[in-house]
Amino acid sequence: MIRSWPVFLAAGLVLLCLIGPLIAVFHRAGEAGLTSLTFSAADGAALRFSLLQSVLSASLSVLLAIPVSRALARRRFRGRAALITLLGAPFILPVIVAVMGLLAVFGRNGLMSDLLGLFGLPPVQIYGLHGVVLAHVFFNLPLATRILLQAWQDIPAERFRLAATLRLHGWQSFRVLEAPMLMRALPGAWLVIFALCLSSFAVVLVLGGGPKATTLELAIYQAFRFDFDLARAAMLALVQTVLVGIVAIVALGQDSGQALGAGLDRVVQRWDASGVMARVLDALALVLATLFLVLPIAMLVWDGLWGIAQLPPQVWRALWVSLIVALSSTALCMALALPIALAAIRHPRIEGIGLIGIVSSPLVLGTGLFLIIHPFANPLKLAFVVTALVNALMALPFALRVLVPALREAEAGYGRLADALGLTGYARLRLLLLPRARRPLGFAAGLTAALSMGDLGVIALFADPNRATLPLQMYRLMSAYRVEAAAGAGLLLLASSLALFWIFDRGGRGHVEA
Amino acid sequence: MLRLENLSLTQGVFTMTADMALPAGARLALIGPSGAGKSTLLNLIAGFTPPDQGRITWQGDDLTDAAPGARPVSILFQDNNHFPHLTVAQNVGLGLRPALKLTAAEAAEVDRALDQVGLAGMGTRKPGTLSGGQQSRAALARVLVQKKPIVLLDEPFAALGPALKGEMLDLVAEVLDQTGATLIMVSHQPEDARAIASHVSVVADRTITPPQETEALFTNPPQALRDYLGG
Amino acid sequence: MKSFAVVAGLLAGTALSTAAVADTPVLTVYTYDSFVSDWGPGPAVEKAFEEVCGCDLQLVGAGDGAALLGRIKLEGARTEADVVLGLDTNLTAAAAETGLFAPHSVTADYTLPIEWNDATFVPYDWGYFAFVQNADLEGPANFKALADSDLKIVIQDPRSSTPGLGLLMWVKAAYGDEAPAIWAGLSDNIVTVTKGWSEAYGLFLEGEADMVLSYTTSPAYHLIAEEDASKSAAAFDEGHYMQIEVAGKIAGTDQPELADQFLSFMTSDAFQSIIPTTNWMYPAVTPAAGLPEGFETLIAPEKALITPAADAPAVRDAALAEWLDALSK
Repeated sequence: MIRSWPVFLAAGLVLLCLIGPLIAVFHRAGEAGLTSLTFSAADGAALRFSLLQSVLSASLSVLLAIPVSRALARRRFRGRAALITLLGAPFILPVIVAVMGLLAVFGRNGLMSDLLGLFGLPPVQIYGLHGVVLAHVFFNLPLATRILLQAWQDIPAERFRLAATLRLHGWQSFRVLEAPMLMRALPGAWLVIFALCLSSFAVVLVLGGGPKATTLELAIYQAFRFDFDLARAAMLALVQTVLVGIVAIVALGQDSGQALGAGLDRVVQRWDASGVMARVLDALALVLATLFLVLPIAMLVWDGLWGIAQLPPQVWRALWVSLIVALSSTALCMALALPIALAAIRHPRIEGIGLIGIVSSPLVLGTGLFLIIHPFANPLKLAFVVTALVNALMALPFALRVLVPALREAEAGYGRLADALGLTGYARLRLLLLPRARRPLGFAAGLTAALSMGDLGVIALFADPNRATLPLQMYRLMSAYRVEAAAGAGLLLLASSLALFWIFDRGGRGHVEA
Repeated sequence: MLRLENLSLTQGVFTMTADMALPAGARLALIGPSGAGKSTLLNLIAGFTPPDQGRITWQGDDLTDAAPGARPVSILFQDNNHFPHLTVAQNVGLGLRPALKLTAAEAAEVDRALDQVGLAGMGTRKPGTLSGGQQSRAALARVLVQKKPIVLLDEPFAALGPALKGEMLDLVAEVLDQTGATLIMVSHQPEDARAIASHVSVVADRTITPPQETEALFTNPPQALRDYLGG
Repeated sequence: MKSFAVVAGLLAGTALSTAAVADTPVLTVYTYDSFVSDWGPGPAVEKAFEEVCGCDLQLVGAGDGAALLGRIKLEGARTEADVVLGLDTNLTAAAAETGLFAPHSVTADYTLPIEWNDATFVPYDWGYFAFVQNADLEGPANFKALADSDLKIVIQDPRSSTPGLGLLMWVKAAYGDEAPAIWAGLSDNIVTVTKGWSEAYGLFLEGEADMVLSYTTSPAYHLIAEEDASKSAAAFDEGHYMQIEVAGKIAGTDQPELADQFLSFMTSDAFQSIIPTTNWMYPAVTPAAGLPEGFETLIAPEKALITPAADAPAVRDAALAEWLDALSK
């Protein structure tokens, strides 16, 4: 029904772009004579810490996302749509900007510490494992919430009516209707967040408090910068990739269960949530999540406002460069994600290919691409293409996670009808799958655009000094001591990322009527 | 002539078998208890499930390996007969061209079909805004434009009230008169079968009796039917 | 596939702009990113050199100093670079070992605190590492006093940052075998360790720590550019470790004369007078007009510490192991 060549093309391209650089680095290392390929005790400690913090971060993110997404799914209130968009902000912020926002709230000199100081209490101690986990939850709670919200909305309204007539309340309704949905949606959401946290680097360094909190990615850095030991760097990158590969196979295997049926789209009205307790819990979940996610952002906006006036013209130029990069990455990412997602309807584990992107060490990926390109062309001239490509690859797992369940639902609900009408190939895509997946498509495109906008992306090796992106210009302002202007650039980045996200996401959500 | 030759399909612990012939233009009702295999039989004919053994032929052509859309068959399911994101006219138009690029003549044909089933002017609406009866009419409009020689009904009107269901069956009869198509429908109600079917087969215990004339069958019901009717 | 059209367009644009200047000789200089940034020395240096060379100076940014060396190693003899600018004495031994660099012929009257007689690399600026604090803070007089105090500091990771490595070498040069004990004493003062200088300095400005590892020249930025005298550097009596930034000529360059011209231009007034208020470092040869107003307020360490370039790699590896060991407990 779905032709297989686009799948092979997309999957092959992704694999080539992700595995190719690793091979290139190994090959180059081999030319120089392979050196120490041993896994040291320090590497072991780094691996353990990486695993510990990623498991904690991913688990906490998805667990906290359950009450938040549930409240969002079943409550209608003014500003709900705006809140959903705004909640996405932390995820798409460049790491350093987001960390500054977090510290403005949770740091030694932050709001919380000030508040505690009023009661004569010592300031918050944010540095350490808990700080790393806090930051990762800050980044990923919104993502988990959106993935679950999608899953929640995919429960047909008829089911809730049935539950209402059966007088299922609270826990009963949760067990019958929502628990099965969560069982299917959680492993995938957990997995992307786990992979993301595993290769997290700057956050772990800043908030980890010292070398006790060392991740594999830092060991890769050391191999590269300190020892220029390419073989070791590639070996560690491989360990990281294989690790996520194994986890992906386990977690995505859980996802192959029967899809829920698809009812006609109606606003999800529920009858099991009118109790006082339910209302209070939902309100609490929403208020707390909003405070947690929005306060640091508000601090960034406040700081950035002073800097906006000081923004040099180069920053505005960089904004355009970033916008073009982001839109190209989005187009590329969607072109790669769709065929793979279509194949994943029947073969869930194919989705694992995408995950290699987020666990690929940017250093190794960048170096490998550089080694591949350098003999043929000046890498600077390809800076734009490589940046767009790498951003697309990095966003691919999120796009897939969002698209695959939606496409699977569409096939489960309407596949037979489409078969009976002879809808195959492009017509099936155009008339069944794309329209049914419109909302997740918009969301995935918005995510990709915002992520590419905010990603410091590639790698110094491909930074074109004449076409600096917005995050790079922001970094340059910081390293030139221009902290206020950098905060202004950070705000501009935040605003433009959110705007891109909103436009795509809105486009996906618009006109969803019966 | 539609032939099911020594069909068999094993699903879990049950094996469904069928061996029968139905003359072209006949209207066959499948009667029998739930779980006896009525829908499975339709799925076999429509091509959603391939048989383990046996052949399906229509007018001598072997359909056994044909894709569902390539078969001379249109089918209405119990539900999900429309794509909710497409308009009613588009849903009907799919019966003419899966790619939905309709010529003016084809668009006019869709309008005529909608007119005929009593949905004139509703082509631009989304299926979700229609009542249950209207949704059924729209589905029948598609059957009308599809002009496939075999029509399968897997209880598409089960959710409708008796009066409405009667109307729908009349409409089905009208469509069949017009297209000359052969009908196979699943039914739980003998009166439905009497209203429209020329032949009845009893499906029980995962096998199917050869089609018999409706009146003759109900006048002198075999044991399986008596068991089902409970009288 | 609109994206591909956009990409193709941009690529074509790049190709055209390169073609247009193909008849003037091009000197390609690899340097670190903050040098080429609009707020670094790059734009002014490019303008000043192009006025005298009749060439096109192309500055290519590549991360920081360590990334720069990595890039040269990756590219090897095929590198497009004619000159590499931005290595420091911790990296020069490894850089020389690649055999990619040619000896220079520059002679200049350096105003470095130490004597310079490297045959391969030419210094262009230098600075002292120091802990920067708010001027009203009664700063510690040395590492031991810092370790004994309750002051909180932010430092950079030596594995990912040049100043971070500088601090490692500083403690090692000042204390030798006592270095692990110093680190053990400092461990409860360290709030956190960041990836790079920018993050650490940002944290300090946000009030997350009392002091941050930076340069003695950092207060000059606040004073000169922001007219803000609120920052100062703590003077340590065991001396301050120096960073000397250098440039070298690539042996296989197709523009050897231009490269030589650039290296000697680098020690001239035109280049050196740009450095203090763009790179916020001391010029290697003090310009005739002297240092900008404000630099006289900076602390002048009594003792300049530096590990000879040849010893740097071995000292570095040992110091990193000690550091990791002391702070992982």
